[in-house]
Amino acid sequence: MQYALLIYSDPKAADQVEMETVMAEYNKFTADVQSEGILVAGEALHDVETATTVRVREGAATHTDGPFAETKEVFGGFYIVDVADLDAAIAVAERLPGSWWGSVEVRPIIDFSQDQ
Amino acid sequence: MSQASAALETVFRLEYGRVLATLIRHVGDIDLAEDSLSEAMTAALTAWESVIPENPGAWLTTTARRKAIDRLRRAANYTSKQAELRHLRQLEQVEDSPDEQAHAIVDDQLRLIFTCCHPSLSSEVQVALTLKTLGGLSTQEIARAFLVPEATMAQRIVRAKKKIKTANIPYRVPPESELTSRLSAVLQVIYLIFNEGYLSAAGDRYLRRDLCAEALRLGTLLTSLMPRETEAAGLAALMSFHLARFEARTDEDGQAVLLEDQDRSLWDHEAIAEADRRLTHTLESGGNGPYVLQAAIAGVHATSPSFDQTGWEEIAFLYTQLHALQPSPVIALNKAIAIAMSVSPQAGLEEVELLGEALGQYPHFHTARAKLLERVGRFEEAERAIEVALTLTLNTSDRAHLEAELKRMGGL
Repeated sequence: MQYALLIYSDPKAADQVEMETVMAEYNKFTADVQSEGILVAGEALHDVETATTVRVREGAATHTDGPFAETKEVFGGFYIVDVADLDAAIAVAERLPGSWWGSVEVRPIIDFSQDQ
Repeated sequence: MSQASAALETVFRLEYGRVLATLIRHVGDIDLAEDSLSEAMTAALTAWESVIPENPGAWLTTTARRKAIDRLRRAANYTSKQAELRHLRQLEQVEDSPDEQAHAIVDDQLRLIFTCCHPSLSSEVQVALTLKTLGGLSTQEIARAFLVPEATMAQRIVRAKKKIKTANIPYRVPPESELTSRLSAVLQVIYLIFNEGYLSAAGDRYLRRDLCAEALRLGTLLTSLMPRETEAAGLAALMSFHLARFEARTDEDGQAVLLEDQDRSLWDHEAIAEADRRLTHTLESGGNGPYVLQAAIAGVHATSPSFDQTGWEEIAFLYTQLHALQPSPVIALNKAIAIAMSVSPQAGLEEVELLGEALGQYPHFHTARAKLLERVGRFEEAERAIEVALTLTLNTSDRAHLEAELKRMGGL
């Protein structure tokens, strides 16, 4: 069963951790889950300042600079893993460096090939 | 007929959690298990009219499983959902082996407890689900006990069951490495249920007593399922001691009666003796965790002939141990009170004075301090401490106590 591990962090707090340390930990985590055969996908996003929010209402599009709402923790990247159950997904989330400095939201992924 | 239906109700109550736990494992879905079990209970009303089977639990399990198969077949006919076909195949392979009983049933109940108290569910949801599935309480009963509208409680339970299913929370006893922390979450849920009945000032008295009894039943069940876990036994003993004093804790007007003023003849001394026996056994098997220590403290109180003739020295010792495990100022305050009783008021007061910063907003701190100040002859300071306690207390029954204290001191 697939789970998305959604990584949130406070950009200000993130500044306090050495970028090199962070990268090294993420590289290690990625290599680990890859070799365990549970990694489906994973991407990191650029800063929230680079975001554009798009809304289409009654045929008219509005584009807004930045994210949808002001929040302390912003979405910064994700992994998708394929594991047996929620306990296993939570165990992976605890190893994910994002949960050490920010937080990781674990969400089950809908499998459209199966019946709902 | 009403006598027969009362007997059936008792059987249902006793068997409900056990049968449901096994059914959930068989059918792999809480809703399907609940619906099939309720159908089986309806069938039992007619089938058991003349005689209740020797093993009503097995009868209910088998019947409910057949009902579940029927339901899945009907669903499969219409939609041929893969998941349901898979369930159906699995279910049809389940055989009625009597050997399955004993230990499998124990494991099933543990699986159910640990699933209901899974850390990914909020604590209010854990409580509701545990009462609903293992306790067999109706949504209406749970809503009344927790003073929330029935619709709110129903929604809470529906959402929790959906999460268990969709997020695939496993139906199993956690592995050894996680057992301690997961067990402590389960004990917390059981104690929360107990305290809702024991401490809450609101709500119907009988209903609250029932809730305490249900928590004790769950605690006792857990103890029998995990006999080596001393903390589970400790919690069960703690709840037994408290529950044995239930009747003496409030007067006819529902006002709280302090431990020192309680009529000890109203205590259930048989229950106290039984809890004390079990606690001794737990202590002998090496239990020394927080629940065991709290039970030991409650046990000393419950087995003492009067407030003054209480084993205060032992209580002070137990609080010292408890404080080492859980360094909280409230525990330190209780320890100080025990020292005042066992050594001298002055010695206790010295300990109390150390806690002023941490407990300044806690009315019991000022009440305890007032009592000790009075005993060492510092009357004016004692009165002032009561006045401070009054400014911090909202509960009307506690206020009445404090006002009476103040009046009594003024008359000195």
